[in-house]
Amino acid sequence: MEYFIQQLVNGITLGSIYGLIAIGYTMVYGIIGMINFAHGDIFMIGAFVALISFIIFGLTGVALPIILLLVLLIAMLFTACYGWTVEKLAYKPLRGSFRLAPLISALGMSIVLQNYVQVSQGARVKPMQPLFSGGLEFFKNSEFIVTVSYLQIFIVVLTIILMGIFTYLITKTDLGRAQRACEQDRTMTALLGINVDRTISITFIIGSSLASVAGMMFVLYYGVIDFYIGFLAGIKAFTAAVLGGIGSLPGAMLGGLLIGLIETFWAGYVSLEYKDVAAFSVLIVVLIFFPTGFLGKPDIEKV
Amino acid sequence: MEKQDIIKSFKDSLFTGLIALALFGPIVGLRTASKGEGLFITPQWGVVFLLVGLCILGRFLININSARRTEFKIFSTLSSKFSSITEGKAKHFAITGILFAVVFPFLPFTDRYFMDVAIMILTYIMLGWGLNIVVGLAGLLDLGYVAFYAVGAYSYALIATTFGWSFWICLPLAGLFAAFFGILLGFPVLRLRGDYLAIVTLGFGEIIRIILINWYEVTNGPDGITGIPRPSFFGLPFKRSPDEGEMSFHTFFGLEYSTMHRIIFLYYLILVLALITNYFTLKIRKLPVGRAWEALREDEIACKSLGVNPTNTKLTAFAIGAMFGGFAGSFFATRQAFISPESFTFIESAIIVAIVVLGGMGSQTGVVLASIFLIGITEIFRDLEQYRMIAFGGAMVLIMVFKPKGILANRKPTILMHGDKK
Repeated sequence: MEYFIQQLVNGITLGSIYGLIAIGYTMVYGIIGMINFAHGDIFMIGAFVALISFIIFGLTGVALPIILLLVLLIAMLFTACYGWTVEKLAYKPLRGSFRLAPLISALGMSIVLQNYVQVSQGARVKPMQPLFSGGLEFFKNSEFIVTVSYLQIFIVVLTIILMGIFTYLITKTDLGRAQRACEQDRTMTALLGINVDRTISITFIIGSSLASVAGMMFVLYYGVIDFYIGFLAGIKAFTAAVLGGIGSLPGAMLGGLLIGLIETFWAGYVSLEYKDVAAFSVLIVVLIFFPTGFLGKPDIEKV
Repeated sequence: MEKQDIIKSFKDSLFTGLIALALFGPIVGLRTASKGEGLFITPQWGVVFLLVGLCILGRFLININSARRTEFKIFSTLSSKFSSITEGKAKHFAITGILFAVVFPFLPFTDRYFMDVAIMILTYIMLGWGLNIVVGLAGLLDLGYVAFYAVGAYSYALIATTFGWSFWICLPLAGLFAAFFGILLGFPVLRLRGDYLAIVTLGFGEIIRIILINWYEVTNGPDGITGIPRPSFFGLPFKRSPDEGEMSFHTFFGLEYSTMHRIIFLYYLILVLALITNYFTLKIRKLPVGRAWEALREDEIACKSLGVNPTNTKLTAFAIGAMFGGFAGSFFATRQAFISPESFTFIESAIIVAIVVLGGMGSQTGVVLASIFLIGITEIFRDLEQYRMIAFGGAMVLIMVFKPKGILANRKPTILMHGDKK
């Protein structure tokens, strides 16, 4: 029982990270109907920017909460630049082209980003000293002590705060309304005087910033990153987006949590070697049995 | 040009520079390196300023160019000229290409290195042609093609090392196994829409690789399988000193022993395999099933209403494509004599898909050109090992942006109802 609760806590933490990445996939899919294959690598770049800023601020000796806030803002800003540029360079010229073209272009962009980071930052894994220590301990009398570290609490709370801001942005502001309008009908939205290109750019910026926060959490949580982390995390987050129903924002978060839990429980109870197989199998099973996911709208094919 | 235009494009270039600074500043400019315990940062501002400067200059030149309304059309005009030249003379092109490929090993400048590159290019051409059946003809994007390549390679390696059967028995078996896996995967997933299918096949490719790494008892895990038998020339091995009472290739034909014999044999082997793939594809395009693939690619709903079973039709394309992947895999195993899961990563699938799409989906000649171009790029950049994949990915993006239908766009169905209407 204690072991189960521990896995549950770990799963929720991991799920928050996947959920934040999944939002980027689901937003882009909703608005331009493509799978942004390079999104996982944007997450990886966010992790690198966060790592670099942690090292720089680590030398100054500022208090921890200020460092966290600064790193968060810096990572969001610089990573958003990447998301924006990738969209301008690789996807915008392909709007209206045949359907697989943006996917191939995204694949190329993903290869470029991975190898660019490998060249500029080196291929070795980057370890970081933990910033957080300690945590709350439960069930002290039993054999297995459940630990909820302060870092896990920080990750989950930050995710909830970001989700709150984000939901407000999408449901209440003009920007969010424009975005939802673009999802439904781009031509009509343009006729009503909304700058569609700008809305799409902003979608990429928001998606990338959230991915960079996930990257920062990843650095803190695992303490090790390399240029290749984007691939697996990207696939899992995409699975999460599909599981929750692609195009649906609460769905992405729900899917992220589920994937995090499935992965942790699989690793904890079934087999550690095959934990990545679990995520892929879930993806295949979900796509076959509920292609629209849990919260997705049914997709009717029209002639 | 107006003065205002220049000022405007100058401002725009400065903005580009600012963005470039934000992009390259942290990632390129602050290189992390581990020293003893923990990480330290080595600044590299010189490189950053060089890159930013290049971006500003490039953007400024493009701006001035587009203001003069002489857009960058070199690339597209060149390639459209190229495709118009090749279109009419496709047959001549093919024949010259094949003739060149046949005499290639005996040309004066051909050495060991050229032969190795040529064998590699031919392997990719064969994989490209195999995948072209799935992607080009049936219009199904398969991002896990390397899984079938791996299944072919491993089944060849396991059969050949366990039972000691010859290459010619193992080759069809490996192809059959791969086709079987194709059906196994295809059956549940082929109902999915295009981009979902792409991700699921990608997942399948990764599952196969993870299983290959972890299933020690059979696949020997990450260490791979060694000592895979080399192919023999119809029973004559390529050995310097054959065993007692055994003929080897050079003693049978009375030649001086040379390691090139085996390489040349491998070269012709993959050439023949590739040409068989090509011949098969060209023939099957004219059969009902080939027509059904193309029809399905163009309009699935129309096909359904005309009584074509989409799942079965797609399944045949998937299985046949997988079979050729399996053949190529067993060739790979016998050439390397060693295989490990390292050789079957996602990047291989991406390369094969890139070859098919960049060549122009459905175009057989395009696959050849794209293989030569892409493998050529990675070979030219070989000395700059790290940069070659950037060049490769960049080429993928650029070709998609400037020529989204590929180098040789050939999406015309082989048969149309009202003649050659466009």
